[in-house]
Amino acid sequence: MAWGKRLCLLAGILTAVVMGMPPARAQDMAQDHQAYDQAGDDAITRGEYMARAADCAACHTVPGGAPFAGGMAFHLPTGTLYAPNITPDRQTGIGQYSEAEFSRALRRGIRRDGATLYPAMPYPSYARLTDADVHVLYVYFMQGVKPVPHAVVQDGMSWPMSMRWPLSIWRMLFAPDPKAALRDMDRRTFADPLVARGSYLVEGPGHCGACHTPRALTMQEKALTAVDGPLYLSGGDAVDGWRPVSLRGENRTGLGRWNEHDIVRFLATGRMPLGAAFGGMTDAIGHGTQHMTDDDRLAIARYLKTLSPTAPAVAQGWIYDPAVTDALRAGDVSARGARAYVDSCAACHRTDGRGYPTTFPPLAGNPVVMDPRPDSLIRIVLEGNTLRATRQAPSAFVMPGFATRMDDKTVADTVTFIRAAWGNDAPAVTVADVARIRRTLSPEHPPVSLPMN
Amino acid sequence: MSDDARRLHPVDVVIVGGGWAGSIMAKEMTEAGRSVVMLERGPDRSTAADGAYPASIDELEANFRYKLFQDLSKNTVTIRNNSQQTALPYRRMAAFLPGEGVGGAGLHWSGVHFRMPPDDLRLRTRVIEKYGAKFIPEGMNLQDYGVSYEELEPFFDKAEKVFGTSGEAYMVKGQVVGKGNVFSPSRSDHFPLPALKDVYTAHLFRKAAEEVGFHPYSLPAANASRQYINPYGVQMGPCNFCGYCSGYACYMYSKASPNVNILPVLRRHPLFELRAGCHVLKVELDTDGRRATGVTYIDPDGSVVTQPAEMVILTAFQFHNVRLMLLSGIGKPYDPVRNEGVVGRNFVYQNVTTSNVWLDRGIDTNQYIGAGGGGVAFDDFNSENFDHGPLGFVGGSPVWVNQAGVKAIAAAHSGGPPGTPRWGSAWKAGMIDTYRHSLRIDAHGANMAYRDVYLDLDPTWKDACGQPLLRMTFDWKDNDIRMNRYVVDRIGDVAKAMGARRVNLTRREFGKPFDTRQYQTTHLGGGAVMGSDPGTSALNRYLQSWDVHNVFVIGANAFPQGTGYNPTGMVAALAYWAAHHIRTTYLAHPGPLAG
Repeated sequence: MAWGKRLCLLAGILTAVVMGMPPARAQDMAQDHQAYDQAGDDAITRGEYMARAADCAACHTVPGGAPFAGGMAFHLPTGTLYAPNITPDRQTGIGQYSEAEFSRALRRGIRRDGATLYPAMPYPSYARLTDADVHVLYVYFMQGVKPVPHAVVQDGMSWPMSMRWPLSIWRMLFAPDPKAALRDMDRRTFADPLVARGSYLVEGPGHCGACHTPRALTMQEKALTAVDGPLYLSGGDAVDGWRPVSLRGENRTGLGRWNEHDIVRFLATGRMPLGAAFGGMTDAIGHGTQHMTDDDRLAIARYLKTLSPTAPAVAQGWIYDPAVTDALRAGDVSARGARAYVDSCAACHRTDGRGYPTTFPPLAGNPVVMDPRPDSLIRIVLEGNTLRATRQAPSAFVMPGFATRMDDKTVADTVTFIRAAWGNDAPAVTVADVARIRRTLSPEHPPVSLPMN
Repeated sequence: MSDDARRLHPVDVVIVGGGWAGSIMAKEMTEAGRSVVMLERGPDRSTAADGAYPASIDELEANFRYKLFQDLSKNTVTIRNNSQQTALPYRRMAAFLPGEGVGGAGLHWSGVHFRMPPDDLRLRTRVIEKYGAKFIPEGMNLQDYGVSYEELEPFFDKAEKVFGTSGEAYMVKGQVVGKGNVFSPSRSDHFPLPALKDVYTAHLFRKAAEEVGFHPYSLPAANASRQYINPYGVQMGPCNFCGYCSGYACYMYSKASPNVNILPVLRRHPLFELRAGCHVLKVELDTDGRRATGVTYIDPDGSVVTQPAEMVILTAFQFHNVRLMLLSGIGKPYDPVRNEGVVGRNFVYQNVTTSNVWLDRGIDTNQYIGAGGGGVAFDDFNSENFDHGPLGFVGGSPVWVNQAGVKAIAAAHSGGPPGTPRWGSAWKAGMIDTYRHSLRIDAHGANMAYRDVYLDLDPTWKDACGQPLLRMTFDWKDNDIRMNRYVVDRIGDVAKAMGARRVNLTRREFGKPFDTRQYQTTHLGGGAVMGSDPGTSALNRYLQSWDVHNVFVIGANAFPQGTGYNPTGMVAALAYWAAHHIRTTYLAHPGPLAG
């Protein structure tokens, strides 16, 4: 995967250039050992809320396993990274962390023993967490989470990525200093307090940019906040084979045609009239945003709507074009991929490409469909997708995978058809594109657990 | 008592059977704050597993190997036509198709979703009012339900909203509002979704029926005409008329089922537990037999376990409910010789024949499309909507085109018109002509209850667990045959108005016995009926056992006699009705609700 290759490259660069620089030391630790044991249930509740807003469970809880006991494996070409146990178990978890140590790990990426955390931990974003939120998180993890003895041995990474010290260099170069980050945050002014709240949630705990912002060759996000410029949240590199779309205002490929209410609904239920969640966003909603308050979801939405398109629009905004619909309804399936589309897709997504919004998502005008890179779309066709149930939307919907029924050419034809129909304007897809994605499919397919509605 | 059975932690309510009735009762009881265990004999089922497109639309697996249906090698019924015969086990699915697995018949059904006609609920009273007591044939156990349409109306309404039912109302709150069934009673609200569109054959039938002077209407269908969110917050997709309804889990999430419409919410409820693969052997009673203490069942590992509970609700399929009552000693078994006892009494079926109409070869009838609950019907000869006086039969029959999608194997199986060879080029020509240019019209008649038609435990045959099989003693009566022949003639009138090239009217013949080898319908009823008289009903009007007050029995077993309509809408309404009275009265004051 791209992320792993880059880690490899990054390791090489850092090893060559900055060998010998010392890791962070204990003097970095603050000494404010707060008496967390006096904190009330209120702090635990707020800490639990923040843990959801920060989506800690996405990495630190194995599906079906004990909360935050770690062990989730991230398979990279450089080896396997395991998420650590962050329950308050004193031997195998973070039970011995003081609040200052906890804060340093969270916001600066420095472990209790001084070693640097792999930047899979989004400390460049968590640097923006307020002291108050770090405090409630600490109280929650110490008092609200059950200690689970579960030793996670970090022995899966191969050299040079098995070494921690090059990561320290990376951290010093690219991770913001929390104090500076907080200062920067204070300097920004927002006319609307909701936007201010949204910027905090998105840029800080929500760490949306970890997936949705492109990364440099050396793996750091090219922008960490809206102030850093238009690359922020402009769409990221593939994560687990899914390509995170732009969350900025692009008409065709971003959130340009989503209104605030659409975004709020999407974050609560994973579904809204213009599209449905898939890939990693499913977990982000499942662990995180579905549990947030409506106010916080609205804050996120309003903030995202302030992000301008990355580049000035060259293409015309998306407008529905009925030509393909008319052809299909007249029985004309001569276009490349049209026949396969009618046979395998149209029952749910309809010949007009509009789907049945919030049940079966539209393909016409869907930003994921028009993404310059077709990876996500190809993968959904091959592997299928599950729109999971949430608190507000108890029904799950499963799209079957077509990997066993369609060869690479048929998939390429179908996806090409979808990307060019109904006013969509994305480039064609090659057989090689499909073959490349097919090679990365999870061996656990079909998934072990299917929704039961 | 099963002394050696392992005893589990007690719960408030144990529910036997994971279909519509069970899911509704479980939902209602958890809403009332009660802990619920729902036991289902078959496997757990879901759209993702059983309705995954395209594997799910495998006609061979679904309609010929009966994927969603009961495993008859473990448990079945025995059948005979009269009490002089020796009953034999029903070993191959044919006349009726009981379901198995979570969702039950509610997963494999078609989706026709009716309210019971008001006159059917008080049929004995109505017949005597109109024609006098002498009109009731000798041996017919004609009864009232003990509950009125007005009492049930809020629960019919609730069920339609939960199911996402598509239809067009005729009368809402006493005002005529649409082109619905002119014979249907006033409703408190419209259907939650507009009627499904007419398929072409239904359109032609509607036009012809109007020409003849009948009153056609759109069948109320629990196949969503649009996407829908029900009061529980669950979503349905819209029906695309693919025709894979009956026998299938709907891959579009558009056919209402417990799995799609109720269980997504129930499964998340902390007070609810579903245990699939659990076969209930009996309801346990206390020493004097007046109170149930729980149920004993075989768990998926084959262990016999007892689940203690404060209340037992039987929500299995019609005849399984009756059998469980007989096996458990709840209520007095029916004795046909003395016409005494109530469990097994008033076993009824449905009186269905299908006629075929061939249109000009220029007209394609597109029988491959359809919706299980969709179509056009007329009720001019249903219920008490017409004068039975000169006709000499009790009950009635709606008539409809319910094109539910004719699949390939079924089309080949039915072949051509009567007299067509069963093989060769003539067969092929007849089959193609029939598939392309014909349509089917059903007479969906009611079947009345008779003294010598009943259910009891078979003295000879046992199931895989060593318990006696249920024995059905059933045959058609002259009443059924007279009704069918009269109504099928009306089909002939409509077929003529359609400009039929050829008509095959299928009439029941006098003296021709019930034939288990021909599919009839799975709409079995009665056997443990509701009513106001403990001498003629096993259940009071709240579907509570007269004898064991903490046992409620929900299902078509409660129908005192058959009806022309499909039963599910009535079963769902009865479940909500019973649940309402349990919640508002019984839970606070456990004891008999009527008496």
